[in-house]
Amino acid sequence: MARPGFVLEVDERTPPLLVHQGEGFRLEKFPLGSRVIYPPDALPKIRDVRGAIRHALANPHGSEPLAELLRPGMKLTIAIDDISLPLPPMQAPDVRQLVLEEVIELAARQGVEDIKLFMANSLHRRMTGPEIKHAVGERVYRSFYPKDLKNHDAEDPDNLLFVGTTDKGEEVELNKRAAESDLLVYVNINLVALDGGHKSVGTGLASYRSVRHHHNVHTLLHSNSYMDPREGRSAMHDSLRRMGKVIADAGIRVFTIETTLNNNTFPEPFGFMNKREWEWSVKEQGTYLAAKKLNDLGPSQAKHQIWMRIRSPHGVTGVNAGATDPVHERTLAKLHEQQLVEVDGQSDIMVIGMPYLGPYNVNSIMNPILVHCLGPGYIFNMYRNKPVARPGGVMILFHPVPWEFHQVHHPSYVDFFEEVLAETTDPATIESKFEEAYATDPWYIHLYRTSYAYHGVHPFYMWYWGAHALDYLGDVIVVGGNRKACERMGYRAATTFRDALEMAGETVGRSPSIAYFHMPPFMIADVR
Amino acid sequence: MTVQAVELFRSVPRYLTARALGGRAPGLVSGPLAPMRLANKKDPQLPGPGWARVRPLLSGICGSDLATISGRSSFYFSPLVSMPFVPGHEVVGELIDEVDGLAAGTRIVLEPVLKCEARGLDPCDNCAAGLTGRCDRVTTGHLAAGLQTGYCKDTGGGWSRMLLAHRSQLHAVPDELSDRRAVLVEPLSCAVHGSLRANVQPNDEVLVIGAGSIGILTLIALKELTKAGRITVVAKHGKQRGWADSFGATEVVPPAEATNAVRRSTRAMKLEPEMGRSFLMGGADVVIDCVGSKSSLDLALRTTRAGGRIVVSGIPVQTPDLTPLWFRELELVGAYTGGMETVDGERRHAFDIAIDLARENPIDGIVGATYPLSRWREAIDHALGAGKLGTLKVAFDPRAEGI
Repeated sequence: MARPGFVLEVDERTPPLLVHQGEGFRLEKFPLGSRVIYPPDALPKIRDVRGAIRHALANPHGSEPLAELLRPGMKLTIAIDDISLPLPPMQAPDVRQLVLEEVIELAARQGVEDIKLFMANSLHRRMTGPEIKHAVGERVYRSFYPKDLKNHDAEDPDNLLFVGTTDKGEEVELNKRAAESDLLVYVNINLVALDGGHKSVGTGLASYRSVRHHHNVHTLLHSNSYMDPREGRSAMHDSLRRMGKVIADAGIRVFTIETTLNNNTFPEPFGFMNKREWEWSVKEQGTYLAAKKLNDLGPSQAKHQIWMRIRSPHGVTGVNAGATDPVHERTLAKLHEQQLVEVDGQSDIMVIGMPYLGPYNVNSIMNPILVHCLGPGYIFNMYRNKPVARPGGVMILFHPVPWEFHQVHHPSYVDFFEEVLAETTDPATIESKFEEAYATDPWYIHLYRTSYAYHGVHPFYMWYWGAHALDYLGDVIVVGGNRKACERMGYRAATTFRDALEMAGETVGRSPSIAYFHMPPFMIADVR
Repeated sequence: MTVQAVELFRSVPRYLTARALGGRAPGLVSGPLAPMRLANKKDPQLPGPGWARVRPLLSGICGSDLATISGRSSFYFSPLVSMPFVPGHEVVGELIDEVDGLAAGTRIVLEPVLKCEARGLDPCDNCAAGLTGRCDRVTTGHLAAGLQTGYCKDTGGGWSRMLLAHRSQLHAVPDELSDRRAVLVEPLSCAVHGSLRANVQPNDEVLVIGAGSIGILTLIALKELTKAGRITVVAKHGKQRGWADSFGATEVVPPAEATNAVRRSTRAMKLEPEMGRSFLMGGADVVIDCVGSKSSLDLALRTTRAGGRIVVSGIPVQTPDLTPLWFRELELVGAYTGGMETVDGERRHAFDIAIDLARENPIDGIVGATYPLSRWREAIDHALGAGKLGTLKVAFDPRAEGI
């Protein structure tokens, strides 16, 4: 039985606490009385994952067993979550590989010959061959890549199909092959509550024409929170549900396979990062000191390479298959079992140690806009009921926020930072004034389709993810952040945590309540 | 009688050393390597009727003066000048003598080209057409060679307490125009000429490279005389960015960002060659290079759309890779100095247009510093570092006594 998450109140005996700071980390002393929100320990992993997958395929929820849906002469398309999941990338074998091997073997046994696979990368960058190989495994890769295993292309008019419009006027346009198949199997990794469900197909295989209806300032401002996708709580997921209905009504048969992972995030020798500080063994304390020293002194390029090579020892905790809604309900239940932490009341200040990795900088650079997306965007929204910080409260982030961009992966981000944020940080103004030009810019489209660039509109979505936090919080302060980059984004930079607390005092008073959201691993604060 | 003047003289060793080292150590150009001296020269003699003596009130230091002093000018110019000469062709002064309808004491600005009329010659075809900047006779007639006042040993130049000017070079200055504005009329007339040479069509995307005095004056001329759409200005220094902003540039970007900025606004494709800078397929309709460096012209060539026009407004000192000129079928045109221009179907002299623009636009702060002749070394130093120092134009005040 894994220990649940809990809230620690800092007292005299509390040691300095581990705080992530991009490609760095530190031990930081927190003021007495601060609350530290710890995630639950890792749930036990399923020992026989292949057995669990076979069981899920044979005993699906709200659907016939997969074998009964497969027949000779049919058109089968399999869509697979892309490089943004999981974080960090899993140690081989990736759970997607295990699921795919079972599904394809079953299809072969049932005589299905026409099988196509798509990485459901939506408007994300295309995955490289080796990245796909890591996700799907050697056998699948060798058998299907590149002819029958491809990245989804959201800008290929010949291979998109307009499916229909929701009762709210939202257009649904999907990958043509997937939409015209007799069966679409979606293979998912549900790392956080935001993912999965109708979002998988409705986003992963969609085009800008479709995605813009749920990825916009209105839906993200009216999602409280988008990590709590229950009906009526998240405008984004409500939109995706409506699209799911249009897809089903159009006769597109989707067989969803969702998997959940445990909190076992860091491999050895970084295992101490998974543990609570006072439980570190002498060896782990020594490892911390050595790793910290090496990390601080090492050349930044080498350091970057080491962090990017981390492969997580995540264990699989659940596999569910069948119709999207009942599957996702069970997925969320398992996710909550792993990630939910009860928190009593809100705080004036929410403190976050920003990790080195988010969904959009795998094998890449966490540029300032991605810092915004991960901090005020995703992590701020890791709650149910109420945010960890009170309305008008302050978020303190630890991150260097380097003014640095990956020129291949994030070309439109560079322009967004230089042009758009130089003019305004207001999401609504940005959306109305700039979004369309970036989304339809032929150069960005060309790079998205032929290079490894995120779509031209992607930095806009990154900015919108943080719209709710910007609207809700009184201030965002970044400890150790590049001053110019922070200023450009409307943040304030502080040199030390003490300085940041002092600056926060201007907004929340001199005796604020502080909550340190101690992650990674991921968790969801259930704030009562 | 003698007259105090800063004189540029022939010194091959100094010239060559300045050419070799001036770029890396600009201080040497205004110091020991300078082929210049403060001299008390004999009063210049009037070459004939129609000439008058002018007492300079302010005389600007131009980029072309600095290129000459620092040895960066092309040898192409060598037959077009006569040594030793007194530089200074951006001049506001007052007439010492009455001349053909202008009374002594009249404040004038100098149109510096020493064209056929000033040389006592029948007008060449270009002069006859009012295109005096293109005069073919600037080395003949009753004057020594010299494309302009400030490059001719017979006329003197603005960096002195007296020069000679022909009546055809003189334009009276309205009373309301201060000296600091009037001294900008000559560079403003060049900017007028450059912006009209650009042949800007309504809503054209225009890129102005450089935000020194010519860049800023070109921006003013573009705003006033054309129907340009977006005007992006490439500015290297912070103060320059402020100037460009205040005169209405749509966007102001540092040089490293220029290609991206043009790409964004024109939705062009950007390509990366294996070596060298990126370039655009698509780009600005018109690019005006107000710098004249190898890299500025290179930027112009790489950011102009196919069939677009590049105007070279600064003296080009080196040539970049001209492949885009051929491949994108670009028009590369020079803009040296103004003559009779056509604006909205009306023929007017560039100086008259410039005087109007100087009157109507808040350009008082452009002349950021003035120096007496005796402090010519500091003046040149200041002008060489004007961008970094946040100054657009440095001028001599020949009336002032040195300290």
